[in-house]
Amino acid sequence: MTSTVTGFANGNLAVEARNMHVYYGPFRAVKDVSLKIKTHAITAFIGPSGCGKSTVLRSFNRMNDLVATARVEGEILYHGNNIYSNDVDPVEIRRRIGMVFQKPNPFPKTIYENVAWGARINSYKGDMDELVESSLRQAALWNEVKDKLQESGYSLSGGQQQRLCIARTIAVKPDIILMDEPTSALDPVATLRIEELIQELKKNYTIIIVTHNMQQAARASDFTAFYNMDEDRAGYLVEYSGTNELFTNPKNELTEQYITGRFG
Amino acid sequence: MATRSPAQAMIGAQVSREELAKRPRVGETLIQGFLFICGAISILTTVGILYELGKEALLFFRSPDVTLVEFFTSTHWQPAILDFGIWPLVLGTIFTSVIAMLVALPLGLATAIYLSEYASERARNILKPILEVLAGIPTVVYGYFALTFMTPLLRNLLGADNVQIFNTASAGIVVGILIIPLVSSLSEDALHAVPIGLRQAAYALGATKLETSLKIVLPGALSGITAAFVFAISRAIGETMVVAIAAGNGPKNFDFGQDPLFGTILNPFVAAETMTAHIVRISGGDLSYDSIDYNSIFAIGLTLFLMTLGLNILSQRFVARFREVYE
Repeated sequence: MTSTVTGFANGNLAVEARNMHVYYGPFRAVKDVSLKIKTHAITAFIGPSGCGKSTVLRSFNRMNDLVATARVEGEILYHGNNIYSNDVDPVEIRRRIGMVFQKPNPFPKTIYENVAWGARINSYKGDMDELVESSLRQAALWNEVKDKLQESGYSLSGGQQQRLCIARTIAVKPDIILMDEPTSALDPVATLRIEELIQELKKNYTIIIVTHNMQQAARASDFTAFYNMDEDRAGYLVEYSGTNELFTNPKNELTEQYITGRFG
Repeated sequence: MATRSPAQAMIGAQVSREELAKRPRVGETLIQGFLFICGAISILTTVGILYELGKEALLFFRSPDVTLVEFFTSTHWQPAILDFGIWPLVLGTIFTSVIAMLVALPLGLATAIYLSEYASERARNILKPILEVLAGIPTVVYGYFALTFMTPLLRNLLGADNVQIFNTASAGIVVGILIIPLVSSLSEDALHAVPIGLRQAAYALGATKLETSLKIVLPGALSGITAAFVFAISRAIGETMVVAIAAGNGPKNFDFGQDPLFGTILNPFVAAETMTAHIVRISGGDLSYDSIDYNSIFAIGLTLFLMTLGLNILSQRFVARFREVYE
C-alpha cells in the first residue's frame, strides 16, 4: 500500500485502523487495511464495486456486528481504545461515530421526532426544541421544514430526507460521521447540496465518505483512499493520500488506471 | 453490411396496420374470468351466510314470545320458559375471550419480538415449526387439556372451593394458549416486514436492541400487529370446542342486586356458557325446525357476527389513527 498520509499530529487523529481484516463467515472481504483518519477533514473511500470500501466504513462503528457471520481481526483505535475489544460497548461507539446511509431512511415519525429520537434515547437533558432547530440548521434543512415539523419525514423529497438523516445524526453530537454513498440515490442538484453541507460539517465533525463517484471524491474531500479487489476477491487498500495528490500524481499504477477510467 | 441485428432491421422498415391490430387472447380472458369467479365465491358465501342468519333471526324476533328489548336487556337465557336474554351468553363469551387475550397477546407478541429481533437463525428454525405444531393440535384436545389439566391446576392454586369444575378462567387460558401461534406468527410477519434500514438507522444513533425493537420496529409494524390482534380476538370469540368442554354447559343467568357482582356475575371461576358453546349444545339436541329454540341460535349467531364486525371496524379506525407509514 502506498500511503503519504502519515504526517499529522496524534491530536489530529480521529480513528485508526491497524492491520484490519474483515470476514463474512469463511470469506475474507477485506484484508490488511491500515490507515489513519484526520480530524475535521473529509476522507473519501473510492474503488470499484466489491472492493470492500463500505465494509471498512461499517467496521468503524461496528455496524458489521449486525451481520451474524461478520468478524473483524486487527484493531480499530478510537482515542487509543480498540473498539473491537471485548469490554467496549458497541452502543457507546455508535453514539460517537454516527452513520448516514446510502438510501435515505428517516423513521416513520414526524420531522421533529426524527431529529429528537436519537437524542432522547441517549437521555439528552437540554432543551429539545433548541436541539432540533440547531441540528436542522446545521443540516441546511431548517428553512424548508420549520413550518411543518409535525409532518412525516416521508413527506420530504429524497434530498431533504437525506439532510434530515444528517440532522438526526448531528443531534446526538457525534465525533465522526460515516457516510455510505449518501448521494447515490439523489439527483444532481440534491447531490450538490449535500456536498456543500458536508464541507460545512467538517468544521465540527470528522467525515468519512464512501463514494462511487470519483468526481465527488475529487471535489469534496481532503484525503482519498483507493481500494481495489484482489484476485482472491478480498478488498485491500491500494493508495491513500491527499486528494489533490492522489488525483494528479497517483503513485500506484492501479490508482492511475482507476481514476482515468480504465477499469472499475 | 454483413449482418443486421433484429433491432436494426426494424429501423426504417414499414409497419403494416395488420401487425398492430388487436388480436384475441382467449387464454387471458379465460384466466381472468376464472380468477374473478374464485374471488366472487368467497364474497357470495359471506353474503349467503348473512342472508341465512338474518332470515332465521328475523323469524325469531317476529315470534310473539320474544321482543328485541327483552333480547338485549334480560339477564336470563332460559328457552324452556321462553326467557331469551342474550346477556348471560354474551358475558360468557366476553369472559373467555378477554382471558384468552390476556394470555395470548402479551405472550404472542413477546414471542414474535423474540423470533424477529433477537433469535439467531438456528433458534428461529427450531422454534417456528414447534409453534406451528401448537397451532395444528385439534381444539378438542385443548378442551380436555383445559378440563383435566388447567382446571385442577387452578383448583390447586386457588383452592377447590373457589374454582368450579367448569369455569371460564380455565377455558379462557387454554383458548389463549391455542391462539398464541396465530398472534406470534402474524405479528412476526409484520415485524419482519419493517425495512432493515430503519433498524440500522436506530443502531447508528446509539440505540440498544431493546430500544430499536420497541420504539422503531414495533411502531412500524403496528398495523400488521393490530390486524393480528383482531384476527386473534375474532378467533377467541368464535372458538367453540374448548369452551363447550371446559367452560360450562348452562348459561350463567343472573340478577343485578341479588347476585354479588364480583362473587358471581364477574367471577371467572364459576361456570358459564358462551354463545358458541350454547349453539353447539342446542343444535346437537333434538330440535325441531321452526321451533323458537331453533330460531334462537340464529339470533345468537347474528349477534356474534355483529360483535366481530364491530371489532374489525374499530380496529381499522385505530390503525388509521396510529399507524406509522413508511415509504
